[in-house]
Amino acid sequence: MRYLPLADSDRQEMLRVVGAGSIDELFVDVPEAARLQDKIEGLPDHLSEMGVERELARLSRRNLVAGDVPFFLGCGAYKHHIPASVDHLIQRGEFLTSYTPYQPEIAQGTLQALFEFQTQVARLYGCDVANASMYDGSTACWEAIGMARRITRRGKAILSSGLHPHYVSVAKTMARFTGDVLDTALPVLNAWTDTERLLNALDGETSCVVVQYPDIFGRIGDLSELAERAHGKGALLIAVVTEPVALGLIRSPGEMGADIVVGEGQSIGVGLNFGGPYVGLFATRDKYVRQMPGRLAGETVDAEGKRGFVLTLSTREQHIRREKATSNICTNSGLCALAFSIHMTLLGETGLRRLAGVNHARASAAAERLAAVPGIELVNPAFFNEFTLRLPREARPVVRSMAEKGVLGGVSLGRLYPGVEALERGLVVAVTETSTAEDVEALAAALEEALA
Amino acid sequence: MSMNREGRPTRPEAADGAPATWTGNRALMLEEPLIFELGEEDGCGVDIEDIGSSGSRLSGLERNRPIGLPGLSEPQAVRHYTRLSRQNYAIDLGLFPLGSCTMKHNPRLCEKVARMPGFADIHPLQPVDTVQGALELIARLGGWLVKLTGMHSVAMSPKAGAHGELCGLLAIRAALEARGDAREVILVPESAHGTNPATAAFVGYRVESIPATDRGRVDFDALKARLGPDVAAVMITNPNTCGLFEPEMAEISRAVHDAGGLVYCDGANFNAIVGRVRPGDLGIDAMHINLHKTFSTPHGGGGPGSGPVVFSEALTPFAPLPFVEKQGDHFALVEEETAGEHHGSSFGRMVAFHGQMGMFTRALAYIMSHGADGLRQVSEDAVLNANYILRRLDDLLDAPFGDSGPCMHEALFSDKGFAGGLTTLDLAKGLIDEGFHPMTMYFPLVVHGAMLIEPTETESKAALDQFIGAVRSVAERAKAGDQSLKAAPVHAPRRRLDETLAARKPVLVWKDPPRAEAAE
Repeated sequence: MRYLPLADSDRQEMLRVVGAGSIDELFVDVPEAARLQDKIEGLPDHLSEMGVERELARLSRRNLVAGDVPFFLGCGAYKHHIPASVDHLIQRGEFLTSYTPYQPEIAQGTLQALFEFQTQVARLYGCDVANASMYDGSTACWEAIGMARRITRRGKAILSSGLHPHYVSVAKTMARFTGDVLDTALPVLNAWTDTERLLNALDGETSCVVVQYPDIFGRIGDLSELAERAHGKGALLIAVVTEPVALGLIRSPGEMGADIVVGEGQSIGVGLNFGGPYVGLFATRDKYVRQMPGRLAGETVDAEGKRGFVLTLSTREQHIRREKATSNICTNSGLCALAFSIHMTLLGETGLRRLAGVNHARASAAAERLAAVPGIELVNPAFFNEFTLRLPREARPVVRSMAEKGVLGGVSLGRLYPGVEALERGLVVAVTETSTAEDVEALAAALEEALA
Repeated sequence: MSMNREGRPTRPEAADGAPATWTGNRALMLEEPLIFELGEEDGCGVDIEDIGSSGSRLSGLERNRPIGLPGLSEPQAVRHYTRLSRQNYAIDLGLFPLGSCTMKHNPRLCEKVARMPGFADIHPLQPVDTVQGALELIARLGGWLVKLTGMHSVAMSPKAGAHGELCGLLAIRAALEARGDAREVILVPESAHGTNPATAAFVGYRVESIPATDRGRVDFDALKARLGPDVAAVMITNPNTCGLFEPEMAEISRAVHDAGGLVYCDGANFNAIVGRVRPGDLGIDAMHINLHKTFSTPHGGGGPGSGPVVFSEALTPFAPLPFVEKQGDHFALVEEETAGEHHGSSFGRMVAFHGQMGMFTRALAYIMSHGADGLRQVSEDAVLNANYILRRLDDLLDAPFGDSGPCMHEALFSDKGFAGGLTTLDLAKGLIDEGFHPMTMYFPLVVHGAMLIEPTETESKAALDQFIGAVRSVAERAKAGDQSLKAAPVHAPRRRLDETLAARKPVLVWKDPPRAEAAE
């Protein structure tokens, strides 16, 4: 067994030291009836490295790989090019096989990287501070709503209809058990998001307004007025960003007055991975830091006065506060946060702005080309790298039939909002630096064929 | 200490009487500044054309201020992160005996398969016909987990252990609500992980603590006495955080069920019993499995984890969405729309997509590599290694439950008998100087000055012997009151760090120093 170093002679010698006649004697506390005498039935025995690889490669070939076809899916997960050095560096054993940095003297690598990550996220979001990451965007979004409840001591959250429906689902699941009241609505297939509805719902009971930027259809709009009006009612503005590359080109939510900015960091450094692991980003203002969930790295000095980093403000956390903690979260998404940070360092200000520029230009060109397909209309005039088309008929079968021809042509709103007739013609198309002009032509042709 | 632009400390230090170096570095021990001290705004490690944002559809939202993100070229970036990595301890470097964390070897095969494009480069919202292999992989891993635990079903989407606890408790609460039974209390043994009470409180329950016996087990009599119509569930870790199996687990489950409650098992310590005991045979209703512990997906410096939850038949209808279901030759993804007909009782969705696919691939590769025979050997060797450590140290270190029989996969000690004001912390820091990561300190809370050592099955006897020698050496110093231990570590990249200062005046992000020209 290649991962088990003990030899039988070692085992015999160790049993002698322990004073046991057999391994079974070490399991003496397990009642006889619960002790399995043999291998569990119906499960195969061990395989060689070659055997495992062959079997899993067989499974992997039964999937249509994004990089092999014209690909336009987004809605919370985006295909971007990741520099080779990112994956190389996160596979260094000292990062990959280390633990949460509870012994800071021998975990400065992880801690300094987290401190750098926190700074990058805070700056990108236009906030004062960020934590060391959450599981993903959807859980970060829910944690932000809980944080707003703690800060305002109010229980009503108003969720924009432009918020990712899965994020809304997660919030609904949690709210059912925590007693928060969520004011939600289905989106309407039109050019602008539902700021009016949010403004009308704001009242003295409101803890927060949650908006996505860019939203689930790819729409973008200024958040300043919403922030001002929310603050006027003593509520917080939470902004959710599922495509962080956008912030290379458009103003950050923090600059426009958002109090908590959360989102998905997958676009930068982390691959599609069929939905996980991803990395939740979470940032806020200085004055709210003690209500923020999740781990935090902070700067300090060692006994010789040298600069160093530690996990800090842990009196907010479960291992100290137990049932009084700000969250039950224990793990963050350390290695994905590191990948995000390395990719962001390789981009820098210049690279991020250029990357965002290319995304926007390619998406703009694609929007024009696709809106020229007979029967198709562009729903939103303002967007970053993702926009919504209205097809002349239900989009979901169109997406399926294009996939059969080897074109992954976007996300149908029928997939995201099943059974909602008013949305069933919607198709959300994401265009990144990985989509070529030929890919766009292939999509246009596939749409024409499917709609013919 | 701060760095100048060359990355040189402004106040070079000498250690051990060695002469100071000009750089502050010492051979392979290299200091590394922050990217904000190294990088420039126009530094860049990628080639992307600059096309500006003309003809934009940005609705007037163009950024008009710099973001403040420094960039590094690829060689600079590779060097920066490589240097940082060398300031970390890791399993790849040596034994990492953190109790309850199961720091075992991470096979590189698992890394390789997780990066196959067919798993790594597929989008969570692709039509299900284009991801049949991925769904089959999830179903296959789920099948292993169900069989290994003897349970009825599995929810794969929870993102980590604590998220799995949340999943289990939400299912329990949904099941109780479905039968119109509003219960308010969750019982948690005082030895539990902090996540247990935090999760129970998060779901809206009142948490009550159950004491431990002097043999390190749940006090069954106290538990029985507290059961009643207001108790929704008990959360029990088995094997428990003292490294001991709860021999009365089946009786506890029966008593809880008889009182109308449900049983949650924290599966953090499943590594001790995988292949030898099925929690389903002990009356458990829900248990999370930390794939990053028992099934060796890498800890990555603090995540990502993965925490699938196995359910009893009673809780299965309440499991979260989405999940994978085999329908003939086809693997279907049951989401909100399709759930209505057969799974209307589901408590809902916990995460945006389907869970930690990248971790599923690794865990399945690990499981297939071991097979039913190898997994049984895993728990046997893990338990043997822990007992070997227990018996080679219990003459020197206090082992609070050492007399009550063998331990499971981890050995518990305390600092009783240390002299001169020395404590568990000092022994831990002394071990750092000996080249080891310390054990878990001050946990479980039921033992004063606790030290919890979990070697795992992937350590050789030679590695254990060297570790035992190091612990004995440092423990002898601690028992003799050797005050030099207070200064440990002296050979690590940093000496003891001032955590009080960090919390009192939090510095959580880098702030650019005022520019010299601006000051003039």
